[in-house]
Amino acid sequence: MRRLIDAAYPLSTLLVLLAVWEGSVRLLDVPNYILPSLAQVGEALWRGYVEGEYWRHLAFTLTAMLWGYAVGSGLALLLGALVAEVRLVERFIFAFVVGLQSVPKVALAPLIIVWFGFGIESKVVLVALICFFPTFINVIAGFRAVDPGVVDMMRAFGASRLRILWEVKIPGAAGPIIAGLQVGIVLGLIGAVVGEFIASTRGLGHLIQNAATNLDLGAVFGAIVSLAAIGIIGTQLLRALHRRVVFWERGGRGGAASVVSEG
Amino acid sequence: MTAAGAAPEAALAFEGVRLTYRTEAGVLPAIAEVSLSVARGSFVSILGPSGCGKSTLLKMAAGLLPASAGRVRLAGQVVTGPRRDVGMVFQQPTLLPWRSVLDNVLVPARAQGLDMRRARDRARELIALVGLAGFEGAYPHELSGGMQQRAGLARAFVHEPEVLLMDEPFAALDALNRERMALELLEFWARSQRTVLFVTHGIQEAVFLSDRVVVLSNRPARIVEDIAIELPRPRGLDTMLLPAFTALCDRLRRRLFAAAGAEERA
Ligand SMILES: Nc1ncnc2c1ncn2[C@@H]1O[C@H](COP(=O)(O)OP(=O)(O)OP(=O)(O)O)[C@@H](O)[C@H]1O
Ligand SMILES: [Mg+2]
Repeated sequence: MRRLIDAAYPLSTLLVLLAVWEGSVRLLDVPNYILPSLAQVGEALWRGYVEGEYWRHLAFTLTAMLWGYAVGSGLALLLGALVAEVRLVERFIFAFVVGLQSVPKVALAPLIIVWFGFGIESKVVLVALICFFPTFINVIAGFRAVDPGVVDMMRAFGASRLRILWEVKIPGAAGPIIAGLQVGIVLGLIGAVVGEFIASTRGLGHLIQNAATNLDLGAVFGAIVSLAAIGIIGTQLLRALHRRVVFWERGGRGGAASVVSEG
Repeated sequence: MTAAGAAPEAALAFEGVRLTYRTEAGVLPAIAEVSLSVARGSFVSILGPSGCGKSTLLKMAAGLLPASAGRVRLAGQVVTGPRRDVGMVFQQPTLLPWRSVLDNVLVPARAQGLDMRRARDRARELIALVGLAGFEGAYPHELSGGMQQRAGLARAFVHEPEVLLMDEPFAALDALNRERMALELLEFWARSQRTVLFVTHGIQEAVFLSDRVVVLSNRPARIVEDIAIELPRPRGLDTMLLPAFTALCDRLRRRLFAAAGAEERA
């Protein structure tokens, strides 16, 4: 019940926005090659998903996204932990990686297409490259923010370095790590779409570009809605994961305690 | 080796220990020079002004900090790192937020690969002893500061260490709990014959518990007073009514005042 009421607020904002959209399209008589009516967007979505034309594009983008995300995030966790834990690794690669971070990765997209081809591989690489950084940086920051007093405590009681990593540093950094993963989803999606813009015969990005060229804005918005859905679902999944994993921050210093009301 | 048979061997000894921290601002001498020998089975308290280096001294004994000069010995062996026969109560509770009270108390047992069934029974006993029965499954953020500190207290005993290093273990407790825990500790100590090095700001607490009280100067620390507390044992609440008790407290209070003031005036 609480959740339904919580959801009602943003939903009413959405409804108002949609009403303004539809109202202005009708009242101002906006031509549909500038802004389509909601009915046209709905029609495009219906055509796409019921008649089935969108599914293969959605599947393509999702596949590129998931593979790239898994590879990029996995590498970020591994390398981040190495940089934070092993001084020598940090010395060799940290400055280099930070430098790379300031390069806008989408600028590398054409290069990656040249190297990895027009197929799905180039999109996977681009997604991996883009979603690597937020998680990588957050793993390092999360490890460094772990209370040195707690690490001392573990050492004093005879815990090995590996145990301290496993029992203290990883859970201690879980909050920032998941936050990084959350940013990674959104950035990764950008990577997939940019890759598809540049060179692809499939994917939601390709769909948008194709439809825009034909001035079929209903289809453009249909694809955008699909992309938004992927982003929102992914982000919400990670938020749920965050609440579940980092349960101790809910009632502690981080958040408000939960109190029984007797009034 | 020959002397060891006659005199009781020191369980813990600081031999000309100095410690200087390296900080971003430069170097910071924390321990000027401390030599202190704690006999096996004795209870020694350390008093000293805030920031004088008491926690630093305990961390060196725990093998967490290397001495800048001199050395620390435990049971005759030079300390080079953390050891299993030491239990430490930290000034901060330092509990793992993602572990229940029981699992937190079991940290030393897990880290040292002890028999977990036995350790779990012992942990439950200790949790009850510090007055946390019923909270075994609670998480640290669900406890008050004093309760967290008591969980940290129980943790230090779970692996039955020979030497206990206790850094203001009762600081976050109310007066009543403080006295209750002091009595528990004294009883445990009398039963187990463990060696205790106890840091506190409570003069009465130090006199009540100890065989010997050491007073440190302002930072960088050196020992400015070292008195034997020859009050009869077993001690109870009546002990605090003895004239000798009051006299000792008074003497320590003056010494502490002088220690804290010395550098400010200089
Ligand atoms: N890790 C550190 N790096 C640099 N300086 C430190 C560090 N830890 C402690 N110090 C400094 O060393 C001095 C002694 O600190 P310590 O924690 O041993 O004091 P203390 O006697 O335990 O004080 P309190 O009674 O307030 O707990 C302080 O001046 C402190 O600023
Ligand atoms: Mg201290």
